[in-house]
Amino acid sequence: MARIATLARIKLPEAEWEPLANELARILTWMEQLNEVDTSGIAPMTSVAAARLPMREDRVTEGGGREEILANAPRTARGFFVVPKVVE
Amino acid sequence: MSDPSLLALTLAEARDGLARKSFSARELTAAYNDAVSEIEPLNAYITPTPERALEMAGAADRRLAKGNALPLDGIPIAVKDLYCTKGVLTTAASHILDRFCPPYESTVTEKLWHSGAVMLGKTNLDEFAMGSSSTTSFYGPVESPWRRPGDNRPLVPGGSSGGSAAAVAARAAVAATGTDTGGSIRQPASYCGIVGLKPTYGRCSRWGVVAFASSLDHPGPMTRTVRDAAIMLHAMAGHDPRDSTSAPLPVPDFEAALTGDIRGLRVGIPKEYRAEGMSAEIEAIWQQGANWLQGAGADPVEISLPMTKYALPTYYIIAPAEASSNLARYDGVRFGLRVEGDSLDEMYELTRAAGFGPEVRRRILVGTYVLSAGYYDDYYLKAQRVRSLIARDFAAAFERVDCILAPTAPSAAFAIGENSDDPIAMYLNDVFTVPSSLAGLPAISVPAGLSRDGLPVGLQIIGRAFDEETVLRIAYVLESAAQFRQVPSFVAGDRR
Amino acid sequence: MIEGATGPWEAVIGLEVHAQVVSKAKLFSGAATDFGAEPNSQVSLVDAAFPGMLPVINRFCVELAVKTGLGLEAEIRLESVFDRKNYFYPDLPPGYQISQYQQPVVGRGKLTLDMSDGTVREIGITRVHLEQDAGKSLHDQHPSLSYVDLNRAGIALMEIVSEPDLRSAEEAGLYLRKLRSILRYLGTCDGNMEEGSLRCDCNVSMRRPGEPYGTRCEIKNLNSVRYVMQAIEYEGRRQIEILEKGGAIEQQTRLFDVARGITRSMRSKEEAHDYRYFPDPDLLPLVLDPGWVARLRAELPELPDAKKARFVSQYGLSPDDAGVLVAEKETALFFERVATGRDPKAAAHWIMGDLFGALNRFGIGIEASPVSAEQLGALIDLIADGTLSSRLAKDVFAEMVATRAHPASIVEAKGLRQVTDQGEIAAAIDAVLAANSDKFAEYRAGRDKLYGFFVGQIMRATAGKANPALVNRLLKEKLAQ
Repeated sequence: MARIATLARIKLPEAEWEPLANELARILTWMEQLNEVDTSGIAPMTSVAAARLPMREDRVTEGGGREEILANAPRTARGFFVVPKVVE
Repeated sequence: MSDPSLLALTLAEARDGLARKSFSARELTAAYNDAVSEIEPLNAYITPTPERALEMAGAADRRLAKGNALPLDGIPIAVKDLYCTKGVLTTAASHILDRFCPPYESTVTEKLWHSGAVMLGKTNLDEFAMGSSSTTSFYGPVESPWRRPGDNRPLVPGGSSGGSAAAVAARAAVAATGTDTGGSIRQPASYCGIVGLKPTYGRCSRWGVVAFASSLDHPGPMTRTVRDAAIMLHAMAGHDPRDSTSAPLPVPDFEAALTGDIRGLRVGIPKEYRAEGMSAEIEAIWQQGANWLQGAGADPVEISLPMTKYALPTYYIIAPAEASSNLARYDGVRFGLRVEGDSLDEMYELTRAAGFGPEVRRRILVGTYVLSAGYYDDYYLKAQRVRSLIARDFAAAFERVDCILAPTAPSAAFAIGENSDDPIAMYLNDVFTVPSSLAGLPAISVPAGLSRDGLPVGLQIIGRAFDEETVLRIAYVLESAAQFRQVPSFVAGDRR
Repeated sequence: MIEGATGPWEAVIGLEVHAQVVSKAKLFSGAATDFGAEPNSQVSLVDAAFPGMLPVINRFCVELAVKTGLGLEAEIRLESVFDRKNYFYPDLPPGYQISQYQQPVVGRGKLTLDMSDGTVREIGITRVHLEQDAGKSLHDQHPSLSYVDLNRAGIALMEIVSEPDLRSAEEAGLYLRKLRSILRYLGTCDGNMEEGSLRCDCNVSMRRPGEPYGTRCEIKNLNSVRYVMQAIEYEGRRQIEILEKGGAIEQQTRLFDVARGITRSMRSKEEAHDYRYFPDPDLLPLVLDPGWVARLRAELPELPDAKKARFVSQYGLSPDDAGVLVAEKETALFFERVATGRDPKAAAHWIMGDLFGALNRFGIGIEASPVSAEQLGALIDLIADGTLSSRLAKDVFAEMVATRAHPASIVEAKGLRQVTDQGEIAAAIDAVLAANSDKFAEYRAGRDKLYGFFVGQIMRATAGKANPALVNRLLKEKLAQ
């Protein structure tokens, strides 16, 4: 549970771990009924749309609106987004 | 004071009234602005936009006066708050999108405005469209305008497009946009006694619609009649080069498909749907629907969709998996809520814990799990294989029939608070809507009757990919036969 | 092979090169890719992952990835898939990178190294795939904050993965130079390592010769050939030291500290990365038309290996010289312009000698050369027709570099034309012998060594312009009289 919550970057109070883990276990068990289905030789569905991937021409049509990009940000400085310091 | 009689008009009637100059767009919009305020107790709207509505109506009036009216000129509609609207708060009913004001307009709403429609406001929904009851919104639950006779407990409008459904049913919008991922247009339409159309995947652009599950999200219309749905879909549909999954196909004249003639069309009745926890009253209405279509000259044929029972678990693997990735962008850096922390990871974790409600968190965790190393093959990949089989079921059925008739939901609306402590019980609401979502097929819910406790029940018509015309043609006949005239206990304009 | 205290070790090295595609717009958005723009000024709503924004692929980027595959003699896969690689980082706005994981657009290929001993070695290419670059986080602007610039976010990269076929830092350097050369010939990547257009991750492990692969460490994000070689050298020594003490190598991601010349483990906690790859549902599989691929193949330019072979056979150059001349596309082009209709060896000699010397002094490339191919050709012509001696030609070349003037006009203006008039030379000889009658007498008495002195005096008297061959012939005749 802790690992999944960390992967998803959601802080869960420890008190919630167990009930949530139980609930997820129930959901996952319910999902496991798919094991009844024989899918040997069946390709996974990659797309609902049957069309070909459309492609764009190599033209600059966007960008240049820094104010627009930054306008909704909770915190900015000197044209940058700002986050707590990252240590590499 | 505005004229409440305007609120009873269908979209087609309002369009004709505007064309005949029986009333102006501003008069119509003013009546609806009042209606929006009046239904506030339902909590159907998160953000009403009355000034903008009047402005847009004024522009429509000028075009109407000049005689160069657009197809939807002056029609006041509501927009599910999952569609980004330029300069107007867009929340997805989530705390995490606090104060988010998009600098862009979704393709579908832009098309609607270019067709002359008027925006009344943004409607409430389940947070990030995850739910079947419109109770998971950060802005509080939506109430259905319906009540069981003699029972004043508030009911859910269905979900996730519950605000749009409630607004249209309570006469606080002529029509509305919804989105359907696993039934989020059709099920609330059924619960609220209106028409809800999920078009074929790729028919309406997803660009600018806050993503829940990319391969399943379908924008579509919610209206009072089948004709209105045809008119709305025409304005909303069309190829969008900004959405790689948008279909490069021309948009047919859907309204012209409403001929009333369904003679010789074969209507599939999937036998497996009977097994999936259906109540006797729903089954009776379903049978009635088949009889009506037969009476109109169609040919009911029993068909088999053997993978039906696996559609729900398949859906509840794929949708959360995609959602867990689609919702990773809500991280407190570029928009929306941010809860500061000492480190970057702490900021992420606090922000996302505070910003997402319990159901969204649950689905993100499930989605993260089914994609994680060691589980991907057993869950996600397995589900995508089963999904192929589900699509095959439909393909085989459509070799024999022209459409499929099924109930929209296994029951009528339930009370707010019911089902909420059991996610799986809640997920079972989607049992009849999810299979066509997984296959990306067009499906419409049409009000067909009342349950024993006096609540609306819808039937759905599922069609071949990109054959919304046949779906609408049959739905139109079903609607005419059903003669559903009941009005919810709470409609705007009633008490004025 | 590296000799350790307990016997020889062999390095096993594989490189993952990230080459920026030379497109004007990004891989999935219409934002610009120019280097050095103001922070966040080349960011589209798609790049910043605003809600509801969707990717649409840039055709040109696909074309260049396919060309790169063709240039590496690789299998082009007509159907490939874009996956999402999920992880959280501030310079990765959507929380996932769109990349190709299971089904890359380019499969197995190869690249040939020309070793210093004259042999060639084939290095396997595992795959080439298209993916998005991330933005840039600046950690040195504020004591407790990092600043994020998304200009790079979404730029198209080709990840070119080699097999673990390289065995030394030197080979890794050769591989990188060769790969860079091929990319530049193809015109798919400008290869500019200073601007980050070409970056390299190195996987390094050590083993006893003949034994299975050891545990590897990955050194991230090296942006020069020199750093790649230094990092591999250091990392190899570090691992040998651990192994010889009986320790075990821990699989790690490491950074190269340029200032100290060492690698160190990345401090960010190595929580087992779980990228949760899955096909991006916003995109469809990328399906290529075989006819289109065939057209790209037909349009492929001549690449370094083929050109080198042709230079050897067509111009009679040595393989070494040909190798030097083909390393850069521009140099090869320059050479062919000079060599056409002239002595190819003279052309190679001048380019690799005086011209490279001048370019190195200025620190510029051949495309910015002060001497054009046409001018250098004219200079070689002046030598061939006897107008200039080799010695004079060197002076003229220096003048050409300094003034950018045509050699003919320099010869004219400075009167540097070689003296070939026999009478004039004979007169100079007579004058020198007359002025040095004592030395002339000594010579006749048997001091042969004075011959050189006479030549020197004659050249001096003619200001160096006398044709040396004529001076020799006439002087010998005179002395023999």
